[in-house]
Amino acid sequence: MSGATHVRYEILRTFRNHRSLVVTLALPLVLYYSIAGGNRHATSAGISFPLYFMTGMAAYGAMFATVSTGGHLAVDRSRGWTRQLRITPLRARTEMVAKVLAAYLVALPALALLFLAGVTLGVHLDAAQWFEMTGLLLAGLAPFILMGLILGHLVPGDALVPAVGGLVVVFALLGGVFGSFFNGAMLAFTKLLPSYWLAHAGKAALVLGDWPAEGWILVAVWTVVLAFLAALAYRRDTGRV
Amino acid sequence: MSAVDVEMVGVKAIDLTKSYGSVQAVSGIDLSIAPGETVALLGPNGAGKSTTIDIILGLSRPDRGSVSVFGVPPASAVRSGWVGGMLQSGFPPDLLKVREFVTLMASYYPHPLRVDDVLRLTGAQEFADRWTKKLSGGQAQRARVAAALVGNPDLVVLDEPTAGIDVEGRHEFWEVMRGVAAQGKTVIFATHYLEEADAFADRIVLIARGRIVADGPATEIKAKAGSRSIRATLPHVDVESLRALPGVVAVERHGDAVVLSCSDADAALASLFATFPEVRDVEARGGTLEEAFLELTGDENGPRAEETGR
Repeated sequence: MSGATHVRYEILRTFRNHRSLVVTLALPLVLYYSIAGGNRHATSAGISFPLYFMTGMAAYGAMFATVSTGGHLAVDRSRGWTRQLRITPLRARTEMVAKVLAAYLVALPALALLFLAGVTLGVHLDAAQWFEMTGLLLAGLAPFILMGLILGHLVPGDALVPAVGGLVVVFALLGGVFGSFFNGAMLAFTKLLPSYWLAHAGKAALVLGDWPAEGWILVAVWTVVLAFLAALAYRRDTGRV
Repeated sequence: MSAVDVEMVGVKAIDLTKSYGSVQAVSGIDLSIAPGETVALLGPNGAGKSTTIDIILGLSRPDRGSVSVFGVPPASAVRSGWVGGMLQSGFPPDLLKVREFVTLMASYYPHPLRVDDVLRLTGAQEFADRWTKKLSGGQAQRARVAAALVGNPDLVVLDEPTAGIDVEGRHEFWEVMRGVAAQGKTVIFATHYLEEADAFADRIVLIARGRIVADGPATEIKAKAGSRSIRATLPHVDVESLRALPGVVAVERHGDAVVLSCSDADAALASLFATFPEVRDVEARGGTLEEAFLELTGDENGPRAEETGR
């Protein structure tokens, strides 16, 4: 009666969603090769462009993977499955943990593929840098997993794909995932976004520097607030007001 | 609450009241269901059956009133694994096969039945390896029944379990449920099919416009509605003098035949023989459940009759 079976099936279902997986994993790869491939000898912000852009695309790919995995909840909802679960002994917490785990498990291959693509374009990092970059990226993904869950609860199934795409692009652009376009007040504002720290994760790791306290606090606050909103959305969704 | 009460009561609802916006879904439902009872919530669409079921399952909170399931609040009963349900719009999740879906449902409960046994029982065995999204209506219904039963719950709640299912499928479904009820499970189901309520339930709770309008065995409900009719062949007697007989409410004439609707069929019969000794082919019959339904719910559209070729 533990939640182990539920978690296992949730992960199984996520990896059976082939069409969605292919798009999520392939899109950042295609973007990476088409942009970094032609600029493999350029430099940006003092580091090689393939390395610079790899960190950004890894952040983007992982965001995309986690938000769309969470968003699959919209399908569960439209089939009445979330309501059906409410009349089983399964705890809401287990349900949420399963979704978060599944989203992280999709983020891992998304990161790995981008890293591999970076290596094929001549990116060289030592083990500590790879590890730190991966760790920071995973931490920075937490708010996005929750955003996916909230979207899944609020958005009707047929509006899910544009909603996921739109949300990810807006956060990615503003957070500097595709390159930093901002300074002054706007830069200060974008530092309040979790995607800024996700983009920052890659770069911070290149020189083996952790996030500053500011980064950890912001990501933690986003995570806590979004977890609360996700719980609210869950309750609103499964009960009939 | 004493231990004895807990044992005696399956589901107890007191004064359930719930509205959605300006729509009063249920207003003052009182219900007491003993363990092992099979109860039909019968009523036209929009009568408040689903709302009542949602409240019993803890999916919805009443504005007023209270409900307990085996002596505890619905959410606690659900968490203990005492409740299995089939909601009107609860379909299996996508990206699973039927057997996986039923296995998953079993995993939530402390003392589940064997998945293969339940698949066989519900006839879901034949398509156990099919994707849940590729099922026909009848197959999806069997898979959902299997899912509701596999947890081996003490209370099985079914919200219009046979909606959209053909007659054969419906009979098979009730065959399965008869076996479940025979194991001493408490079964509550909502339906607008009279025949189902009549044939399967120990007791019918008739709901109309958010209220219980009758509650008892099918025979009692028919009697409560009161109407019984007498048919006879009786030419050359005018309708007025028949209507004057004690216990007769209305009279129709069809050629030589007359049909008397009676409030007291016994008195009407006695005086019919006494007053008109020439009467022939006398036939008395009880009111149908459908007549009782119409009379008690005041529903002009009536219940949906089962689409059998009767």
